[in-house]
Amino acid sequence: MSLLELKNVSKIYGQLRALDNVNFSVNKGEWVSVMGPSGSGKSTMMNIIGALDKASEGEILLDGEDIAGKNAHTLTDIRRDKIGLIFQQFHLVSYLTAVENVMLAQYYHSMPDEKEAIEALKRVGLEDRVHHYPSQLSGGEQQRVCVARALINYPEIILADEPTGNLDEANEEVVVELFRKLHEDGTTLIVVTHNPEVAEVAQRTIVLRNGKVEREIINENFTGKIKKVTLTEK
Amino acid sequence: MFIRMIFKAFFRQKKKMLMIAFTIALGASLATAMLSVMLDVGDKINQELKAYGANITVTPKSSSVISDLYDVDGENVTGSYLAEDELGNIKTIFWAFNIVDYTPFVTVSAQMDNGSDINVTGVWFNHYMSLPTGEELYAGITSLRTWWEITDGEWIDESEAGEENCAMVGAQVAQEYGISAGDTIHVRGSASDVDLVVKGIFDDGGDEDDSVFVPLDTAQALADMDGKIDSIEVSALTTPDNELSQKAARDPSSLSVSQYETWYCTAYVSSICYQIEEVITDSVASAVRQVADSEGQILDKTQLLMILITILSMVGAALGIMNLVTASVMERTQELGLMKAIGAHTGAITGLVLTEILVTAVIGGMAGYFAGLGFAQIIGQTVFSSSIEIRPMVIPIVAVLVIAVTLAGCVPAMRMVRKLRPTEVLHGK
Repeated sequence: MSLLELKNVSKIYGQLRALDNVNFSVNKGEWVSVMGPSGSGKSTMMNIIGALDKASEGEILLDGEDIAGKNAHTLTDIRRDKIGLIFQQFHLVSYLTAVENVMLAQYYHSMPDEKEAIEALKRVGLEDRVHHYPSQLSGGEQQRVCVARALINYPEIILADEPTGNLDEANEEVVVELFRKLHEDGTTLIVVTHNPEVAEVAQRTIVLRNGKVEREIINENFTGKIKKVTLTEK
Repeated sequence: MFIRMIFKAFFRQKKKMLMIAFTIALGASLATAMLSVMLDVGDKINQELKAYGANITVTPKSSSVISDLYDVDGENVTGSYLAEDELGNIKTIFWAFNIVDYTPFVTVSAQMDNGSDINVTGVWFNHYMSLPTGEELYAGITSLRTWWEITDGEWIDESEAGEENCAMVGAQVAQEYGISAGDTIHVRGSASDVDLVVKGIFDDGGDEDDSVFVPLDTAQALADMDGKIDSIEVSALTTPDNELSQKAARDPSSLSVSQYETWYCTAYVSSICYQIEEVITDSVASAVRQVADSEGQILDKTQLLMILITILSMVGAALGIMNLVTASVMERTQELGLMKAIGAHTGAITGLVLTEILVTAVIGGMAGYFAGLGFAQIIGQTVFSSSIEIRPMVIPIVAVLVIAVTLAGCVPAMRMVRKLRPTEVLHGK
């Protein structure tokens, strides 16, 4: 059964159709990548799926409910209850520690629980960085805090927008490994990326071009791990 | 978590918060100072205005009627008098403590040795009174005629022996007859004559320069008027007139019971006059309108000025807060956008920012209040040479003003928070 389904979704800015009649669906527990060059509509789609923005046309069915026509207040509730967001620039609150950043999502969802927040940080391997401020963490560590924050409220979908865009190769692997574990636990993942290595890790890749779905690629050899390409001199 | 966020956000932006607190403190201090002075200025200005003389005159009823009909102000043409032994009653009325000073007047015609007619006015200079209430006071013309310039000699001091046969001579009389301090003049009244030692020459700049002022008993003896007085001048601290007092002044019986009580228990010049009439037999007490009106006008204008300064200071503070809070929110758009993205409603973010600012406002407001009390004392000492009373009612007024101004100053920033779209700040779109 589809957890998320986009039907004829368009986003129009004046004369520009940032998304043009997009159709696709994501099943519960599926790991989907969205790829495409700059300006292809990846982030626009991410914003619409993430209930951060409204579509100009079409239906967006999340868990069977059309969220396309919802007002800002309801969209906030949907983001809070059903979606975990991971950003390329991490977007951590600079004056809160790692655990407090995770608790912030709990606070706006229900009740902050420091123990549970620390557990989430343990899951992403940051048990010894719990009380560090973002400025005291590396990029990879900040992104892992972001992942912990995204999953603390047990969302139905985790949406990651270029999650490895600001990371080095080692941290990229760490984050992808985290996604693999989340996928194993049954979390639905949508990862927007322009990095083919990260995109190919997913079960399915949706390629966008000029706001349209150009093609879908099924990963027949899905392992959830980055395939290392070793260059050899001829 | 909320308190933790407030606390941390506060310290993260401590410079900005200090600026906001300082702005609020400045507004609150001015408001406190102006309100404290404004609430106390009535008494202070009244006291200052006492220097301009009496504001109530008391005359016999019949002479008042004649005076009104034939415009013969200042002359006793009816032969009716007030009783000297009732003078102490004035300090027994409901508003006795507002009676600052008073003196009786009796004017008799006398002749000098050269046959010229002269007006001799009997008054109290600094008359000692021991009242039935146990209060002791000195009353008289010495403090009611502060503008008299003593050009030669000095004031009569009733407490000194032999001063009953002394006189204060008006500048015009002194010039006309070549009198100077220390001279003795012989005056003959209708009943007796007396030698008066000239204690001082005064320059009133008005009609009184034509008179000779002597102690009350001396003037009464000249015309055999023991116990009789023509009029009384009273200086009283009064509340500016309003519609109620004007209505009462026209006809107190037209007031309802509650209006009457309000009027009677307020120090309107008309209610004090009414109360004086109650204790002085067959008298009419009337306000010296020029003085009473001037007092009211000066008080009203001073209070208006204070209100305007308070309003301007609070508007200034609101503009300052507006700039600072807006700048603060603009700096934090990414953080606030993130909060929205992870599920915070606009109300929750508004509440967070407002709480930060209101906590700052309370701290700034308290500092401003105490600074304002200091400013008020400086104003009091500089302008009125006395301290300004600390009135508890200023606290709630300043608190309401600070909160209102802070909230008003936050309006643009809160609108910005409401319009903030997470996509714009998180993706730079």
